[in-house]
Amino acid sequence: MDKLIAKTPCDGLLPLSVGTVKLSEEDVGAIHSISPYKGKQKAVSEAMKVAHGMAYPSANRSTGKAGARAVWFGPAHAMMMGPEPDPALSENAAIVDQSDAWAVVRLEGAGVEDVLARVVPVDLRKAQFKRGHTARTLLFHMTASITRVGENAFQIMVFRSMAGTLVHDLKRAMEGVAARG
Amino acid sequence: MRITCPYCGERDRREFYYRGAAVDLERPAPDAGEDAWNDFVYLRDNPAGVTRELWCHEGGCGAWIVVTRNTVTHEILGSQLASEVKR
Repeated sequence: MDKLIAKTPCDGLLPLSVGTVKLSEEDVGAIHSISPYKGKQKAVSEAMKVAHGMAYPSANRSTGKAGARAVWFGPAHAMMMGPEPDPALSENAAIVDQSDAWAVVRLEGAGVEDVLARVVPVDLRKAQFKRGHTARTLLFHMTASITRVGENAFQIMVFRSMAGTLVHDLKRAMEGVAARG
Repeated sequence: MRITCPYCGERDRREFYYRGAAVDLERPAPDAGEDAWNDFVYLRDNPAGVTRELWCHEGGCGAWIVVTRNTVTHEILGSQLASEVKR
């Protein structure tokens, strides 16, 4: 059989630095969507705490840290990144492996908020959007998940098929901000 | 225009998809008769003023929302999760 070569979504596109802002691909490990059954969110959260050391995230929040993170994705919908989900979670939630479905990038550096302000219609400044906050919103013309993971660092997720567009749109915004000096 | 998503808060109208009048939540019983089904499928009010509509926060969390809106002033008067309106 032919040998298949695994490629990451942003293979050949990243990393990229413009001015003070850096864009790089994140290897977050396995990605699973977790959809608690009706009335079972608390039970799922408890099971996640025991097995993975993080709670099920409430609306617009993320839990855990780099390597094992859960990000709120919508009503009864969160993404767990890093660990393989414990079988106990399946008792109270629908779990779907989405590992290869998402492009995950990290945008960081001084002025990162100015870059995102050009393409995201949500206020992501620190006063409004602190570490651990997350938003499902638009990034230019595509839907995205944006999470603040550090002082000047954001994790951005889009559909894998949009990886090229994501890098293109962010690069344009980074160049625009850098050009203003 | 800004619409409030019960989950995400006030967001730009670009993030939302318009479905139509909120009558979709009042689906008649299968045996309700031709008149009821004709009303449900084809007949809509066209109010100059306050109206209730279904919107989807498709560019965001994906929630379906019943938005109360004034078609004359473009004022958004309220929003509720469709799942709570129709329990």
